[in-house]
Amino acid sequence: MKKTITLEVNGVAESAEVEVGQTLLRFLRDGLDLTGTKEGCNEGECGSCMVLLDGRPVNSCLVLAVEADGRTVTTVEGLSKEGVLHPLQKAFLSQAAVQCGFCTPGMVVSAAALLRENPTPTEDDVRKALAGNLCRCTGYKQIVDAVRDAAAAMRAGAEAGSDAGKPAEREEVPA
Amino acid sequence: MSAPVVGTDVPRVDGLEKVTGAAKYTADLKFPRLLHVAVVRSPHPHARVLDVKTEKAARMPGVRALASGRDFPLHTGIYLKDQTVFATDRVRFVGDPVAAVAAETPELAAEAAAQVHVEYEPLPPIFDVEEGFAEGAPLVHPDLGSYEVVPWIRPKAGTNVCNHLKIRKGDYAAALKGSWKVFENVFRVPQVQHVPMEPHVSVARVDLAGKVEVHSSAQSPFTVRHLLAHCFGLPHGDVRVHVPYVGGGFGGKAGINLEPIAVALAMRCRGRWVRLMVDRHEEFFATVVRQGLTATLVTGVDRHGKVQAQKMHYLWNCGGYGGYGVNIVRSAGYTCGGAYEFPNVEGDSIGVYTNRPVGSAYRGFGMQEIHWALEQQMDRVAVELGIDPAEFRLKNCLGAGKSTVTGQVLDEHAGRVDLCIRNVAKAIGFDADRERTPYRGKGIACAVKAPAMPNDAASSVIMKFAEDATLEILISGIDYGQGLMTVVAQFASEALDLPVEKIRVKGCPDTDLSPYDWQTVASRQTWATGNAVFRAASEIRGKLCATAAEALDVPAEELTLREGCVVHEATGRSLPFERLVMGYQFPDGHAIGGPVAAASSYLPEGLLFLDPETSQSAKPVAKWTFGAQAVEISVDPETGQVTVEKVAACYDVGKVVNPALIKGQTYGGIVQGLGTGTMEELVVDTKTGRATNASLMDYKIPSTEDVPAEMVVDFVETAQKDGPMGARGIGEHTMIPTPAAIANALWDACGVRISEMPVTAEKVWRALKAKERAERGEGVAGEAPVPAGTIA
Repeated sequence: MKKTITLEVNGVAESAEVEVGQTLLRFLRDGLDLTGTKEGCNEGECGSCMVLLDGRPVNSCLVLAVEADGRTVTTVEGLSKEGVLHPLQKAFLSQAAVQCGFCTPGMVVSAAALLRENPTPTEDDVRKALAGNLCRCTGYKQIVDAVRDAAAAMRAGAEAGSDAGKPAEREEVPA
Repeated sequence: MSAPVVGTDVPRVDGLEKVTGAAKYTADLKFPRLLHVAVVRSPHPHARVLDVKTEKAARMPGVRALASGRDFPLHTGIYLKDQTVFATDRVRFVGDPVAAVAAETPELAAEAAAQVHVEYEPLPPIFDVEEGFAEGAPLVHPDLGSYEVVPWIRPKAGTNVCNHLKIRKGDYAAALKGSWKVFENVFRVPQVQHVPMEPHVSVARVDLAGKVEVHSSAQSPFTVRHLLAHCFGLPHGDVRVHVPYVGGGFGGKAGINLEPIAVALAMRCRGRWVRLMVDRHEEFFATVVRQGLTATLVTGVDRHGKVQAQKMHYLWNCGGYGGYGVNIVRSAGYTCGGAYEFPNVEGDSIGVYTNRPVGSAYRGFGMQEIHWALEQQMDRVAVELGIDPAEFRLKNCLGAGKSTVTGQVLDEHAGRVDLCIRNVAKAIGFDADRERTPYRGKGIACAVKAPAMPNDAASSVIMKFAEDATLEILISGIDYGQGLMTVVAQFASEALDLPVEKIRVKGCPDTDLSPYDWQTVASRQTWATGNAVFRAASEIRGKLCATAAEALDVPAEELTLREGCVVHEATGRSLPFERLVMGYQFPDGHAIGGPVAAASSYLPEGLLFLDPETSQSAKPVAKWTFGAQAVEISVDPETGQVTVEKVAACYDVGKVVNPALIKGQTYGGIVQGLGTGTMEELVVDTKTGRATNASLMDYKIPSTEDVPAEMVVDFVETAQKDGPMGARGIGEHTMIPTPAAIANALWDACGVRISEMPVTAEKVWRALKAKERAERGEGVAGEAPVPAGTIA
């Protein structure tokens, strides 16, 4: 059985006919070719498929596409804007928090949700917030450091009277 | 010469693609009208296959191809060809592929696979390695004697032994007799799984002209091509393998894995792309796992605390097939003494087939397993003798002028394990007279590993320029997180004095276009590909200077490279690379030179086979990397829960190429070691042969909340003579000593020892209870038996 859904993905209005049993993960990857969101377990255990649904982090393998009808979805592709990186993405680069990169999109998305709720997270706060995002490469230390770095950068940006998250404050991605 | 690039925190060159979501992994690639595969797997651990009926499945809607054992009888395997694409006459573990279906959707494929009827005659299974090794055990591979095998692997026909490496050095029996004290202990390591975040996936197509094309999440594109060509009887030139970004491998994607099944189906539906993607459940038992180990160690020491006699008997639980695992057996044999000098050695490393999941390469290639045994043994001996465990290690460890178990005498360029021991002992506060807190303890363990590979394993690179003098470097080593692409850029930058921004490393190989590389395993890439980079850069430099010399009318030997220019210091004249890389044009219009490119390679030199009887060899391996870790733990006496509070790690890496990346390797290795050391075990039910915890719900790996509060890492830089700028391998070594260090700290904390990995809360609690009972005079102290059913 199919149903038509209308939703906003990374700021773009999308409308599509989907099987009612299709997961949001599959819709994003196969329907919209947003392959930054990864499938690591398909049972909500690894966090590789994490996206923001109305701003809240969810494992998109556990959400049906039809459940996203009328809502907004942000994936890793939506964090950088026109080639300008999000402070978290910059911090993941500068802190060497990326290895194989498979968990990275889910990590960054999960961290973005944390920083939205808590702009001044302690190390413990970060560890708790990312406990649902598994990584087998890094040992997590540089990831936790990167999130705290990004938080500091975003606070500094906000204090300077501008939002560090705004495109003008972000670093250019080389073409 | 500009400021050095090697030794600095150059950001990952693949980082931007990975943080933005742009990086494509195999499952991210789009293929027109892709077919999906479901595999029919054996539900029996050991059975004869009497019949495979596929007719009903073949008639089901959407089914486009079916294949089973009778269609593809050729054997494959990297060292020992003991496996067919699908089981033919016999299945050897639960999950052994028997047939496969390709259909228009994953659901249709699964429905059709369920309609393939296989008739089995169950055979007695073997799960225990000692049972498999015993005389008269049921044979897992009755045809072992007929398999093709490389000459340096020695299977024993008529038994379950797929390889046996013997070390005989000095006179063990006499030395044991002359020993002051003798210690014997048995240690065990269960099978564990790699758990890469990206499960295995392979996509294949056979076009109408018969050419095979594969995209795969793999560590070894050329080995995949080589073995596919062999397995299907094709010329190598008709097989093309692409490897996009790989989401972790840790050895589990080395050699060949899912590719033959995908190709077999693709042959049955020419022109169509076929994708086999295992789910997380199958990933645990149907791909590959780390081998189990039972180690029996005997140590004889003299009155001065020097080990005189050392016996090591390693029995490896290889599972149903040993194509790759046989080389772990070999590697563990010639490294059987770890980081120590033992003058008289009897070593046996024996691989045994059982009906468990297939054992294969896993980060460390046998080394974490044997160090679990060795490093606890050394600790026990030190404690029994009343010698500080760090001192005891220093007294017996390898170093310049000392000889390994194969009789190789190390020179001053070999790494310094003594410095690593002192470093971590200091960092963790491992003083003999330190203050003691109940249920808090410190432990130490060493590590050593050499690249386990054929003596002629080679790497190569191609360098060429784009019109704007961007240097493009093609490699076939896989950067699956360890940072190879970045290291290659740093080496080339250093060699040619070209900014890293002007370099693009093409790290996702295509065997049709990329240069040969044996495999990305064995912590060999920085060293082997690194050496090839310097050789190719030297050729590039020669070509640039030759053209510039003619253009500037100066002798080539007076030219140097600086920041992307060829410079003649004496006259101050220079030419930017841009004016040279496609050929130089004189003012009158005539041109010289031409597009500048180079190809170069590296093959380790001077490696010698081991003696078949004693395994003595003056140079059995290319290099050794030594290191040590020390940990501080706390134990909850109520629950037995061990918390690793602090880890100190130190390795002699020859040269730190990129501090941020090597720290990342080390933190990652420590935490992966903490996982296998304290929480991981693939549990196989000994009634059914099924893995009972094959999900991330039941098989826990470390999360952010399990990471030690403090990790301190440091490095020693004793230059490797044949290493690029002195560098040697480090990727695997970082997880080798962690479990043993934790186990040793457990003794220090509360006086109990756990000899079977992992150190779980339950085992610690039972051991503490047993100790309490013993102290009350109610039984024997030490380790409590593990309850039946927990450990298969």
